[in-house]
Amino acid sequence: MTDLTQSNLTQKEVRERIESRLASRHRKEKIFRGFGIASIAFGILAVVVLFTDIISKGSSAFVQTDIELNVTYDPAVLGIDTVDDESLAWANFDAVIRNALRERFPDVSGRRDKRELYSLVSNGAGFELRERLQQNPELLGKTETLWFNADDDVDTYVKSLSKSEEGFLGRTSEQKAGWIKSLLATGELEKRFNTTFFTNGDSREPEQAGIRAALMGSLFTLLVTLALSFPIGVAAAIYLEEFAPKNRWTDLIEVNINNLAAVPSIVFGLLGLAIFINFFELPRSAPLVGGLVLTLMTLPTIIISSRAALKSVPPSIREAAMGMGASRMQVVLHHVLPLAMPGMLTGAIIGMAQALGETAPLLMIGMVAFIVDVPHGITDPSTVLPVQIFLWADSPERAFVERTSAAIMVLLAVLITMNTCAVWLRKKLERRW
Amino acid sequence: MQTPTLFALLLLLILVAYGTGFSRAIAAARSSGGIRSLASLPSYYGVHTALWCGLPALIILGCWLVFDDAIIRAMVMGSIADKPESIAGQNLLYAQIQNLAAGNLVGNVTPQLQDAAAHLESLRASGRWMQTALILILSIGLGAYAFLRISPEMRAREKVEKVLRIILLACACAAIFTTVGILLSVLFESLRFFQSVPVTEFLFGLHWSPQMALRADQVGSSGAFGAVPLFTGTLLVSAIAMFVAVPVGLMSAIYLAEYAGKKVRSVAKPLLEILAGVPTVVYGFFAALTVAPFIRDLAQSMGLQASSESALAAGLVMGVMIIPFVSSLSDDVINAVPQSLRDGALGLGSTKSETVRKVVIPAALPGIVGGVLLAVSRAIGETMIVVMAAGLAANLTANPLESVTTVTVQIVTLLVGDQEFDSPKTLAAFALGLMLFISTLILNFIALHVVKKYREQYD
Repeated sequence: MTDLTQSNLTQKEVRERIESRLASRHRKEKIFRGFGIASIAFGILAVVVLFTDIISKGSSAFVQTDIELNVTYDPAVLGIDTVDDESLAWANFDAVIRNALRERFPDVSGRRDKRELYSLVSNGAGFELRERLQQNPELLGKTETLWFNADDDVDTYVKSLSKSEEGFLGRTSEQKAGWIKSLLATGELEKRFNTTFFTNGDSREPEQAGIRAALMGSLFTLLVTLALSFPIGVAAAIYLEEFAPKNRWTDLIEVNINNLAAVPSIVFGLLGLAIFINFFELPRSAPLVGGLVLTLMTLPTIIISSRAALKSVPPSIREAAMGMGASRMQVVLHHVLPLAMPGMLTGAIIGMAQALGETAPLLMIGMVAFIVDVPHGITDPSTVLPVQIFLWADSPERAFVERTSAAIMVLLAVLITMNTCAVWLRKKLERRW
Repeated sequence: MQTPTLFALLLLLILVAYGTGFSRAIAAARSSGGIRSLASLPSYYGVHTALWCGLPALIILGCWLVFDDAIIRAMVMGSIADKPESIAGQNLLYAQIQNLAAGNLVGNVTPQLQDAAAHLESLRASGRWMQTALILILSIGLGAYAFLRISPEMRAREKVEKVLRIILLACACAAIFTTVGILLSVLFESLRFFQSVPVTEFLFGLHWSPQMALRADQVGSSGAFGAVPLFTGTLLVSAIAMFVAVPVGLMSAIYLAEYAGKKVRSVAKPLLEILAGVPTVVYGFFAALTVAPFIRDLAQSMGLQASSESALAAGLVMGVMIIPFVSSLSDDVINAVPQSLRDGALGLGSTKSETVRKVVIPAALPGIVGGVLLAVSRAIGETMIVVMAAGLAANLTANPLESVTTVTVQIVTLLVGDQEFDSPKTLAAFALGLMLFISTLILNFIALHVVKKYREQYD
């Protein structure tokens, strides 16, 4: 402005100059605003693309193609006379399944064709039969109609049929596709809700792989994390916020906490490997060690949010309690802490959500092993949901892609529930002073 | 007695101690003129007794559990006359003895081994017995001592509060212990690594191929530890990520803070923050299975060569992940700029965008720079996305369409699976971890300092 007023221009000329620039200034304003809108749109687009991609890939994993077979528990085929643990251990249940398949397709002959036919049913069908006979010994010698999981190639083909007329054959031969179509026509092959996915542990066979073991592993790991990080975090926050004298030691602690909050998570994994596993010789792959590592990782988050909650309690509460003769510890434990609790719980839930989604440090301490059994305690070898997702994402079978996406959907659902809880808790219990 | 039973018994003793302390305080008060004659409330006498009864015993029990195995091992190994020289051999021998004692070793069992196993069993049995006796005597004895000292004049509350304060302080120091633990664990292993590989080779070498030869005549496993390709790979991926995250994050923060109405803000902000809550392994899956093939096909349709695991895919997705991080940090500092500065600029006739560009951003710049530095340190330390989407080949390249590897990817590949802690291959991971820790520490330190200094300016 100054250059305009200082020079010898008439008022009219000044106004003309300003007005001539006004259009371009307004255009720039619009462009700037457009950039802002575009950035937000980009962010939201990323959310939408991410979610639709995962859901479109994963939703088909919640159904599984099952096949109906007439199985005969023929003692001669099984090679047993009585039902007891020992005879069941070496009874040939696969032969029962094979017989049932041959009965259904009597005109299949030749070794290769037969092998092709047997691969319609999952390898796990024999185990299912064994369990069923073990629980109902009176079935020996009888015939019944049962549904079994179909093989993952069959499953992939059947699911692709609903998308296009041709379907995706992959490893499935034309002949097998013909059988599948005939079974579909008679209703002996059907897409049903995939319970296996929620009741089984990991498996090399996609149709038998489930997330139960990983879910339980995550649960145990989170329990250890919560049991350690919440009390320690709250205690640390109380000390720093209410008791700590202003000195170098306190400063050092604060700088440390802020720095730890930004240290990459994989470094905590290195710490866990070197100290908990190599030095203290705690068991590998155990939720106990996982929980310890995640405790150290989430502590800064919990301390920082707990301090914020303590800070938001107005000093008048403390002064009133002090005035009634309470000691400082009584002021904190009887008055400040209960009022700050909702905020602390919110912070704890957010910290737990962070811990639940964490993968990298757990890879370091061996939770990446292939573990089939569902863990029963905090020292059993186990894996966690994000690591299970990582493992499945590496598997070459096509059917694992949809299972990975489905596991991601379960993980995201749990995380969204936790975060919604935190928001709800904050809204519900928040007090305005 | 087994440890869990002992623990349960100890808890029971603590409860009993609380109860007796409480009632003794009331009884003592009755003889000297009612509860008002007590120096503290009766429950403090109870807690005081319970603390004496439980705390030392719990600490001793914890130490016992930590050092138990090491001491027994040293005693067993000390009793063996001709033991192998190497650490690995000793480990193997001890594992054999343990298995024999547990009753599941088949194979050639020498009488010497049998003796050692029996020795181990007897040590364990007497150890358990000593543990039980020590803990019970300690807790009952100290509990009784505190119980007998109860009198109306004793200031139980002050004593209890002193102990509580020490416990709180110990919890606050957990952060320091963690930092020290990280430093010690990566430093020691790194020093061992640098004994076999010179520091200069690690920092300036251009060739990375950590496979060590198992036999002398093996081909193709040279074991080269020049980490420069890893550093450049990390920088390339982080640069791509920042190229996405900084403009988008900053612009959306500006729009939300300066332009958006309350309604838009309340919808758009949580939507953007969803991106921050998605686990990194999900981004990795998305990058590897959706973005990377898309980029490969796109590049091929334009006549470019692209690897199926490209730095670009990993960087783009990482950028998307960091957007909410940049945007919420910038949002904070933009909101902290006093309204008077904006009003002044608007009053002089500048448009809104001119106000933002010429007044708000310069005023908020230190905070924004701090936020960006924190975002860079996050990008450097991010693991899962690059593990799943960036690849393993240590290429020294600046072409974003080629596959590169990063420091974090190498740490994961070197440490997942079987490890032996005397090969440079495993130790290299700790040296890389040390580099990662130091570089992110420096970045965080500068960033936090800048942000803090800036915050004070307008407070």
